[in-house]
Amino acid sequence: MSGSLVGQRILRKEDHRYITGKGRYTDDIQQVGMTYGCFVRSPYARADIKGFDVSQALEMEDVISVLTGLDVAADGLGGLPCGWMIHSKDGSEMRQPVHPVMAAERVNYLGEPVALVVAETKEAAKNAAELVLVDYEELTPVVDVASAAQGEQLYAEVPNNTCYEWGLGDEAATDEGFASAAHVTHIELTNNRLIPNAIEPRAALAEYNSGTDEIVLHTTSQNPHLVRLILTAFVQIAPEHKLRVIAPDVGGGFGSKIFIYSEETALAWASKKLGLSIKWTAERSESFLTDAHGRDHVTKAALAMDSEGQFLAFKVSTTANMGAYLSTFASSVPTYLYGTLLAGQYRTPAIYVEVNSVFTNTAPVDAYRGAGRPEATYLVERIVEKAAGEIGLNPAELRRRNFIGKDQFPYQTPVALEYDIGDYEASLDKALEMASYETFEQRRVEALARGKLRGIGLSCYIEACGLAPSQVAGALGAGVGLWESGEVRVNPTGSVTVLTGSHSHGQGHETTFAQLVADRLGLAIEDVEVVHGDTGKLDFGLGTYGSRSLAVGGSALSVAADKVVEKGRKIAALLLNTEVDNIAFDAPVYKMMDSNETKTFQEIAFAAYVNHDWPSDNLEPGLAEKAFYDPLNFTYPAGTHICEVEIDPDTGVTEIVQFVAVDDFGTIINPMIVEGQVHGGLAQGIGQALLEQAVYDESGQLVTGSYMDYCMPRADNFPDFKVGMTCTPCTHNPVGAKGCGEAGAIGSPPAVMNAVINALGGVEIDMPATPEKVWRAVLSSQAQKIA
Amino acid sequence: MEAIKLQVNGRKRTVHCATNATLVDVIREQLHLTGTHVGCDTSQCGACTVHLDGDAVKACTILAAQCDGSTLTTIEGLAQNEVHHPMQQAFNECHGLQCGFCTPGMIMSAVDLVHKEEELSPEAIRSALEGNICRCTGYQNIVAAVVQGAAGMKEQQS
Repeated sequence: MSGSLVGQRILRKEDHRYITGKGRYTDDIQQVGMTYGCFVRSPYARADIKGFDVSQALEMEDVISVLTGLDVAADGLGGLPCGWMIHSKDGSEMRQPVHPVMAAERVNYLGEPVALVVAETKEAAKNAAELVLVDYEELTPVVDVASAAQGEQLYAEVPNNTCYEWGLGDEAATDEGFASAAHVTHIELTNNRLIPNAIEPRAALAEYNSGTDEIVLHTTSQNPHLVRLILTAFVQIAPEHKLRVIAPDVGGGFGSKIFIYSEETALAWASKKLGLSIKWTAERSESFLTDAHGRDHVTKAALAMDSEGQFLAFKVSTTANMGAYLSTFASSVPTYLYGTLLAGQYRTPAIYVEVNSVFTNTAPVDAYRGAGRPEATYLVERIVEKAAGEIGLNPAELRRRNFIGKDQFPYQTPVALEYDIGDYEASLDKALEMASYETFEQRRVEALARGKLRGIGLSCYIEACGLAPSQVAGALGAGVGLWESGEVRVNPTGSVTVLTGSHSHGQGHETTFAQLVADRLGLAIEDVEVVHGDTGKLDFGLGTYGSRSLAVGGSALSVAADKVVEKGRKIAALLLNTEVDNIAFDAPVYKMMDSNETKTFQEIAFAAYVNHDWPSDNLEPGLAEKAFYDPLNFTYPAGTHICEVEIDPDTGVTEIVQFVAVDDFGTIINPMIVEGQVHGGLAQGIGQALLEQAVYDESGQLVTGSYMDYCMPRADNFPDFKVGMTCTPCTHNPVGAKGCGEAGAIGSPPAVMNAVINALGGVEIDMPATPEKVWRAVLSSQAQKIA
Repeated sequence: MEAIKLQVNGRKRTVHCATNATLVDVIREQLHLTGTHVGCDTSQCGACTVHLDGDAVKACTILAAQCDGSTLTTIEGLAQNEVHHPMQQAFNECHGLQCGFCTPGMIMSAVDLVHKEEELSPEAIRSALEGNICRCTGYQNIVAAVVQGAAGMKEQQS
C-alpha cells in the first residue's frame, strides 16, 4: 500500500468544519466573564505625546481599566525585537529603534497603539476609547521612501533614517562586466506597497489563571511558538512555561500573521496585570493601519550583455522601506530574501546589489507572500524582457540563451546561493506550448481589429524556499535556527496522531501531512490526525512561512515516520522471536524474511503499549517518535509564467485574457491542494500588478484604508488560470518537495507587467497598472508613434 | 434593549439586544452561531452573508431590531440531518476553500444566487460574486464549486 496516497487528489479532511460553520477562529472563542479590549491609536503619523487623561474613560459604565504606554514603560516591558541582524557594508550592525508595545512619549505611524481600554462589553470598550484624551504635538513626518534618508531624522540613534546600507556580490567583477559589454539595459522601477488583507482580521484572547499563574493566549498566528519565545524571552511578560500560545483556525496569513505585534503582547500583559480574560479583534480599518505591509522598494538597475545577448553582469541599487519600526523579520526581506535571488534562472557571472533600508512614518513593512523574492523576480524579469526588446531578440530566446543548463547543477550563483536542481527549459517549453506562444501575433492582429491592444509577457522565476538551513541562516544573521519539529505518535489501536510545528492557515496541512504519514505507514488517511498550533501540545515549532511547511515540516514527519517504522521492526522481532535484521516492513505489514510469519502495523502498535515482556536493553515500550529536521539547503522552486492581456485604449482597462503558469515544485503530495496554492498566489500577484497599492498622503494619513479605497481582487478580475507542472525532485530532503505557497505571487507580477508594456508598445509604467495609468500610457504611446 | 423574535435555522429564538446591535453581533455573540464571520467594516467582504427571509443579506449591515419576526438561516442551518447541502459538498469537492474564513458567506451567497438565476455561466458567477472577497483561492475553484453546486441543487429539486 505504501506509495498509494502520495500524488493523489484527496479531498481535504479539514473542509467539513469550515463548510458547516464549525471552524473555530480566535474571535469565535467566548468565555464566561470574558472582557473586551479596544486600542486607542495615534491619529498622526508622527507626534510627541505630552500627556494622557484617562479620567473620563474610566468613569464610563462597564469600563474596568485604561492602560497606556506609560504603564507599559512603568512595568519595564521590553520592546518588540527584530529577529534578523543585518550588517552594513562597513560591518556595523543595523540600527534598531525601540519598538514599544504601546507608545508613551512619541508616536511614529498612523494607528500606532498608545492605550488599551478594557471593559465588560465590546461597545463599552470602544466608546470609552474615544474618551481617552491624548495630548499630541504634531511633528513633520517622513513618508516618501525615495527621499527618506534626506528627511528629518526620526530617531536619535538612526542617522539619515537609515537602518543599514547592505551589499552583496563582487562589485569589481560586476564593473568589469559592464566595461566589456556590447549592450547595457537600464531600468528604474518601484515595487508597490501592499496590504496583506487576510480576510480574518488579527485577534487575540488572553486569559490569566491566578490559580496556576498561567496565561493562555489565543491568537491569529502563523507560528505560536515564536510568539511565546518572544513574549517571554524578550518582552518578559511571563516565564516561558507559564505562557501557552494557541493559534486555532487562522483565516489566512500571507506573512502578516508571522509577526509579533503590539496588540497580542499588550493583551497578554494586561490579562495578568488585571487578572482577567480579555479579547480584542481588529476591525478591518485597524488591519489596514497596523498589519505589517509588504514590498515598497524603489530600484535602479542595469544589465550588461555581450553581442550575443549573454548576460555579463547585473548591478542593482534598491531603497527599501522598513516603516516606522523593524517588524519581526523585516530586515531580512530586502536583503537575504532579495539580493540572493537576483541571479534568477540565469548564469550571469557577476552580480552586485546594494540595499539601503530606511525608516519612514508608515506602518512597519515585513514579509508578505513571497517576501523579497517577488521584488527580485520582478526586477530580473522586467529587465530581461526589456533587454530582449532592446537587442531585438525574442524574450524566450534571450532567456534560453542564459539559462543555467539542467546538467549544470549544483550551481553556485554569484549571490551566495547554491541551486541544487532544476530544468528551466522544460518549464519554459511547456509554458510556451500551453500559451500557444507561436501564434500570438495572429491574436494581436485579431484583437487590433476589435480595437484592443493585445500584449504578451513572460516571467521565468526562481525562489529560495524551505527556510532554512539553520547554519546558513545563523551565519546570515537569523536569531533562531529554522529547522522544524514533527512527531508521529502511534496510538495503541494503530491510529496515528501527527504533531507538527508547521501551522496551517489555509494550506491544507491536515490533509497533506496525513497523506504523507499514512502513505509511509500504509494506513488509511482517516486514521491519521494532524495536530498543530498549540504550544501546550507540541515541543517547539517554527511555523509556516517561506513555503517551508512540506519541505521542512513534512521532512521532519518523514524522518519521524521512518523512526516509527524502525522501532516497529524491533518490536516485531521481539514478538516473532527473531533478529531485527530478519524483519522487513512492507507497509502496513512487518514480515519475517525467512518465513511466512507477519505482524500488522496495528498488532505492533498494540503490543508496543500492552506487552509486558520487554528486554532490558535498548527497547522501551511505546511507539511515538520525534524528529527535528534541519534542512541542508534551501529549496528552489522555479517555473515560467506567461500572461496575455488586452487593453481597451479608450478606457485604459486591462483584461487578463490568458494566464499560464508552469511550476516545478519537486515531488507533489496532493496536486489539488498545490494547484489551489498556485491559483491563490497568482491572484495576489496579479492583484499587485493591476489593482493593489497602499497609498499614504504627505502627512502620513493612509488614503487606502478600507475596501472602498484599496482595490482587492474580485472573482471577475481573473480568467481561469492554466496551470501545468514539471518535476525535478529536491535533492536534499526526504520528501523531494520544494514548496508551492508563494510561487504564484512571485512569478506573476512581471509576466503581467511585461504583457501590459508589450501591449503599450514598450511604454514602461509601474505597478499597479490601473486604468488611469494605462490610459495615459496609451496616449503617450500613440504620441510617440505620431512623432 | 429590544426583544427580537427570530426563527433561526428552524428553531424559535428570542434575543434581547441594544437597538443599535447589528444582526451579525447577535448571531455570533448571543445565538453563538460563530460560522458567520466578520471580515470588514464597510460591507464589502461578504463573510457575514446569511439568508434573511430567503434573501442573502450582509449581516453586518442590518440592525437586529429590523429583523424581528424574520426567518434566519446561517451556514450552520444549511446542512439537513447532517448531510451537506449540495453547495457545501461542491465547495469540498472542487477545493473551493482554503482558510475557510470567507467560505460560509461565499456558500450562502452562492445558494442565493442559484435560487435567483436560472442559467449561471462561469462569467455570470464571477460577476455575481463581486460582493464576496476571498484572499486565498484566486476564485477559480469557487466558480467551479458554484457551477457544480447549482447542478446539485437542481438535481435535488427534481
